[in-house]
Amino acid sequence: MLSRCMTYKLLDGAVAAHGCLAPSRCMTYKLLYTLLCGKDDLLLPLLKTEQLTHTYSIDTPFEHIAICDVDFEVEKGEYLGIIGHTGSGKSTFIQHLNGLLKPTSGRVYFNGADIHESKLQTRNIRFKVGLVFQYPEYQLFENTVFDDIAFGPKNMGLSEGEVSERVIEAAGFALLDDALLKKSPFELSGGQKRRAAIAGVIAMRPEVLILDEPTAGLDPRGRAEIIGNIMNYKHAHDATIIMVTHSMEEIARNVDRIVIFEEGRIVMEGAPGSIFSDSERLLAMGLSAPKAALVAQRLHAMGLPIKRDIYTIPQLRQAINDLKGGGKGA
Amino acid sequence: MLKDVTFGQYFPGNTIVHRLDPRTKFILTIIYITALFMASALIARLLMLVVLVTCLILSQIKLKVALSGLRPLFFILLFTLILNIFFVKGETILFEYRRIVISLEGILAAVFNASRLIMLIVGMLLLTYTTSPISLTDGLEHMLNPLKKIRLPVHELTMMMSIALRFIPTLIEETDKIISAQKARGADFDTGGLIKRAKAILPLIIPLFVSAFRRADELALAMESRCYHGGEGRTKMKKLKTAPRDYFALLFGAAVVAAVVVLGQFNPWSI
Repeated sequence: MLSRCMTYKLLDGAVAAHGCLAPSRCMTYKLLYTLLCGKDDLLLPLLKTEQLTHTYSIDTPFEHIAICDVDFEVEKGEYLGIIGHTGSGKSTFIQHLNGLLKPTSGRVYFNGADIHESKLQTRNIRFKVGLVFQYPEYQLFENTVFDDIAFGPKNMGLSEGEVSERVIEAAGFALLDDALLKKSPFELSGGQKRRAAIAGVIAMRPEVLILDEPTAGLDPRGRAEIIGNIMNYKHAHDATIIMVTHSMEEIARNVDRIVIFEEGRIVMEGAPGSIFSDSERLLAMGLSAPKAALVAQRLHAMGLPIKRDIYTIPQLRQAINDLKGGGKGA
Repeated sequence: MLKDVTFGQYFPGNTIVHRLDPRTKFILTIIYITALFMASALIARLLMLVVLVTCLILSQIKLKVALSGLRPLFFILLFTLILNIFFVKGETILFEYRRIVISLEGILAAVFNASRLIMLIVGMLLLTYTTSPISLTDGLEHMLNPLKKIRLPVHELTMMMSIALRFIPTLIEETDKIISAQKARGADFDTGGLIKRAKAILPLIIPLFVSAFRRADELALAMESRCYHGGEGRTKMKKLKTAPRDYFALLFGAAVVAAVVVLGQFNPWSI
């Protein structure tokens, strides 16, 4: 049976092959999927926003519209990347997904229920939609790493046994060994602190894990470790991951779908292949595309028969090898 | 959230009040406070109110913003009101129940004293609303300069003050971020008894202190690497200059004080 994500990927491939970007991807795809698979469970995405608008400091000289009429959906098990310039509203946006910010207008639904229906509902959503802020290591405060990771599960009101089981599981995903768990969080290295902080959110076993630039300011090894931690958790619990990042390479390697924010609105949305095939538009927005995509598109512009929707190094290597093979054959 | 705290914040603008020399504004604020305490006659108090409202209009600060600065002092105001209503003895008794006596004089005194407090606070907020922290401390340094003669480290003190002022918004932002991050882990800052709330504040206060020290360290390093070595021989990029408007403003201030004194003499209706 086709999963929703896979269908979307297939459809994205089909759309990219035709060289057009579907503007209302969600609706069109849903209809197609319902037709193809005869299921209508899609009508309930895991997390959804409707006409979400947020204005900061209303009625002061600092009034500022951060996000405006954002319609957004994410499915169970999806790995979603959010890209956007500093100040494009992406950080404001993700804080709406777990109810930290209340929309000025518009709604947020989790499993079909409005997350601001009641106070209890809003609090429970925090545990189901885990949010890791930028530089999360600055929020560590407990005596030991173990206690810090246990903070979230404890707030959920779990039993002591359950709490320590979750801490150990989360520490496992974050590759923190027992010796580290006994240390004070202030004794750890930068990368270890970051991993401990992320484990603190993972320990709540959220269905959706949102991370705001989880790899910012780390060395390549630290980055790889963080991405590895996230993937471990995703595979173990079939969790939905939403990652905000500036690194195109990082996003190209992992995500199923990309959403691009500009001036508080979603301006582009689609599979990495279709998004990165339009690198001119990305550059015009002050963003970039992965190096492999740029190379492929340059080669394409030079008249070589290379597809524009290549965006990873292996794809590029394959395409160039094919090209050489083709040359030899002729 | 915390970001909406307007107490003591600077609102950039380009009105005559904004352009006044910070020293003038300091002196005028002191004059204003003195005059406010001298103005115990009703008519003098009304004159002060007119002065305050005129300054607010000139500075283009919205009334809502000006009054929102009173929010942190709500309880002090309430306390003043209650204290005056119940404990000022008067002849015209409006309400009596056993030992609780409310008189007309008491209510008038309550309104009168609370209004003085409100006008005092709004007047001082006007100074911080219209003067950037940098020029505020610049002005202060200039005015305290004579004290250098008695070896008071004026420059260092005002530098400390401007750093403190500079970091208020940063720390508010930081606090906001930490609150959000701990809330995302299910922390609950708003419910429960006193002890539970005091405990709930730990996950906020520890990271806040850690980051305040980190910031202080980084700032010290950054200042050092730009060869900062205190006030000795330090020049200013923006020299404070007085303009005719400053003298007019001071004259206006003096006139208000004179008017308050005179009105107080001739109007016997005072409390």
